[in-house]
Amino acid sequence: MSTEPRAIDPEQTGDSGHYALRLYVAGQTPKSMIALSNLKKICETYLAGIYTIEVIDLREHPQLAAGDQILALPTLVRHLPTPLVKIIGDLSNTEKVLVGLDIRPRQIRA
Amino acid sequence: MNTSFAPETSNSSPSNPQLAKAATGIEGLDDILLGGIPQGRPTLVCGAAGCGKTLFGMTFLVKGVLDHGEHGVFMSFEERASDLVQNVDSLGFDLQTLVNEQKIAIDHIYVDRSEIEETGDYDLEGLFLRLGYAIDSIGAKRVVLDTIEALFSSFKDTAILRSELRRLFYWLKERGVTTIITGERGDGQLTRYGIEEYVSDCVILLDNRVVEQITTRRLRVVKYRGSAHGTNEYPFFIDENGFTVLPITAAGLNHAASQDIVATGIRGLDSMMSRGGYFKGASVLVSGLAGTGKTTFAASFVDACCARGERCLYFSFEESANQLLRNMQSVGIDLGSYRDRGLLKIESARPSLYGLEVHLARMHREIQTFEPHAVIIDPISAFRGPESEVHATLLRLVDLLKSRGITAIFCSLADVAVRSPGLEREISSLMDTWISLTNIEADGEHNRLLFVLKSRGMGHSNQVREYQICSDGIHLLQPYIGPNGVLTGTARIRQEALETRAEEARSETIERRKREVLKKRSDLERQIAAMQAELETQALDEAFLASDDANQASAEDRTRKTLASVRGFNE
Repeated sequence: MSTEPRAIDPEQTGDSGHYALRLYVAGQTPKSMIALSNLKKICETYLAGIYTIEVIDLREHPQLAAGDQILALPTLVRHLPTPLVKIIGDLSNTEKVLVGLDIRPRQIRA
Repeated sequence: MNTSFAPETSNSSPSNPQLAKAATGIEGLDDILLGGIPQGRPTLVCGAAGCGKTLFGMTFLVKGVLDHGEHGVFMSFEERASDLVQNVDSLGFDLQTLVNEQKIAIDHIYVDRSEIEETGDYDLEGLFLRLGYAIDSIGAKRVVLDTIEALFSSFKDTAILRSELRRLFYWLKERGVTTIITGERGDGQLTRYGIEEYVSDCVILLDNRVVEQITTRRLRVVKYRGSAHGTNEYPFFIDENGFTVLPITAAGLNHAASQDIVATGIRGLDSMMSRGGYFKGASVLVSGLAGTGKTTFAASFVDACCARGERCLYFSFEESANQLLRNMQSVGIDLGSYRDRGLLKIESARPSLYGLEVHLARMHREIQTFEPHAVIIDPISAFRGPESEVHATLLRLVDLLKSRGITAIFCSLADVAVRSPGLEREISSLMDTWISLTNIEADGEHNRLLFVLKSRGMGHSNQVREYQICSDGIHLLQPYIGPNGVLTGTARIRQEALETRAEEARSETIERRKREVLKKRSDLERQIAAMQAELETQALDEAFLASDDANQASAEDRTRKTLASVRGFNE
C-alpha cells in the first residue's frame, strides 16, 4: 500500500489513454480487500499496461479524505482520463465498474 | 444566563444525577432548556429553509469557544467554508480568526451525485474518519452537522445510509461530543428523511411563519429526554447581535410596589396628583387624539428623568430618532444632549417591520442591556394585529417593566370618542395612571384639554384643564368654568378680560365710596368746628353778661353807701 501519495500529474502520465486510479480504503477490512482485488482483476483484464493504482488508507491519512471529498468507503476515484469519476462500493459488479470507468464502449468499438 | 445549572464536568460525577448539559450560548434558549442541550449527545434542530438552522449551529460552536473554551467542528454539507465565514461575519462572529487559531474546524463536504457510481457494498467510514480527524485535530467537544440529510440525495442506497447514520450518532455519543444535527422540515414529520428517529435525546423545532406579511420566527423544544424544559413556542430573531430567543412569559403579579414618586415633568400636572407625580414603576397611559401632544408629554417626562440623571429608553414607532430630537427642540426639550450623555436611548422602528413578538423581544433585550429607569412606548396604538395578541403583548411588556420597577409611559392614539371601546378598555386595566388628552372645538377653534382619568393609589384632581404647548414646553392653564363647562381658548381669554373689567369696576366703586365717606366725615368735622366756635362765643357772652351785672350791682351799692354817708347815717 502506498504510504506517501502524491498528486497525480496529467503531464507526467502522458498520453490520454492512461488510467490514473486511486482507491480509498479504511484499513485492511474484508471490504477493502475485496474492492482492491476486484479492481486489480478488472484493470488487468481491460486496462493492462495503461493504468496506475494508488491505494490510500484513510485510517492512516484521514486528512486526505477531504481532497477527493471521500465519504463512502471504499471509493475508487478515476483522476485520468478526465472528468473525475467516483465509484463507491466493493466493485463487485464488474459491469457497473466498466460503465463507471467508461471502459466498455471503447472495447466494443475497438 | 443560567449556566450554573449544568456544570460542564458534571457528567463525570456520579453524585449529580442531573443530566449534564452544554449551554448553547443562544440568548434565552438555555433558560428554556434549563441549562442547555444534553452534553455528549446529539440534538436535532429542524426547520424549513431559512429558519436559521445553520446560524443556530454556528452560534453553538462560536459561543462554545468564547464562553466555555470548547472547540468545535462544523461539518457543512451545503455551504462552503468561505461562505460560512462570510455569512456569520454579519453577526459579529469572527469565524476566520477562530479557524486560524484552530479553535473551530470547518469541513465542507460536497458530493456531486453525477460523478458517483455505486457498485456493491460500501459504508460511510470515510465520513467517520474525516469527522474523527477534524475532532482530534483541534480537540473538539462540539460538533455541528449541517445538514446531514443532504447525504440522502448523494447516495442511492438509503438502507446503507440509514444504518450508517444510526452508527454515526451512536459513534458521536461514544466519543462524548455534544452534537447538533440540522434537518430540513418534511411533510408530516419533523425532517424530510425522518432522521429524528435516530436522534431521540433532544429535538428543537424552528419555525418561520408569515401572518399578514409579517414574519415571526418561533422555536419549540419538541422533546428533551431526561429533562424538563419550556414547552411553549417562543419567538426568536436573528439580527446583528446573533440569535436571540425570548422566553418572556407573564411574570405574574408579584412585583414590588414602590412608594417613591417621580415627577411628571409638567409642573401643573404634578400638582393634579395628590402625591405630586407618578409612582415609581407605574405604567402610565397617555391617550389622546391626533395632535394633542402625546409625544411632548412623554418627552417632558424624559426631560425630567434625564435631568435627574436617570436613564430613559424611548421606543419610537412613528418618528425617527432625529425627527424626534428636532421636534422636541421646538418645545424647548433638548433630548439630544441627554442622548449624547448616554442617558437617553432612542430606538426607532416601524411597527410593520416585525411581528409583535419580535418587537417585544427586541424591547426586552434593549431593556435588559440598557437598564433604564424609565421607558417610553410611543405609541402602542401603532401595534396592529389581532386584539388578543396585542393585548397579550402589552400585558407581557407591562409585566416585564413592572418586575424591574421601570416607570413607563405608553402613548396611545385614541379615536374621536375619548373612551373608545375595545383595545383601550383592555389596556386601561393594565395601566396605573391614565391621562386623557382631548381636543375640543368651540367658538371656531380647537383647544386642548387634559384630565386625569385614573391614578391608582393616590388622589387626583378631577378638574379638566386646558393646556398649551409653547416653545418652552407644556403649560397647564388656570381653569375657567363657564355655564357650559370649562372655558377654553379665546372664550377663556374673554372670560379673563371680563373678570379683569369687573374687578376694575368693583375697585372703582369702592374707591368712590371711600371718598364719599371721607367727605362726609370732613363735613361733619367742619360742622363740629363751627358749632364749637358758636359755643365759645356763647360762653363769652354769658361771661360778659355776668360780669356786667355784678359791676352794676356793686356800682349801685357804692352809690347807696356814698349817699348814706352823705346823708350821715349808717346801715
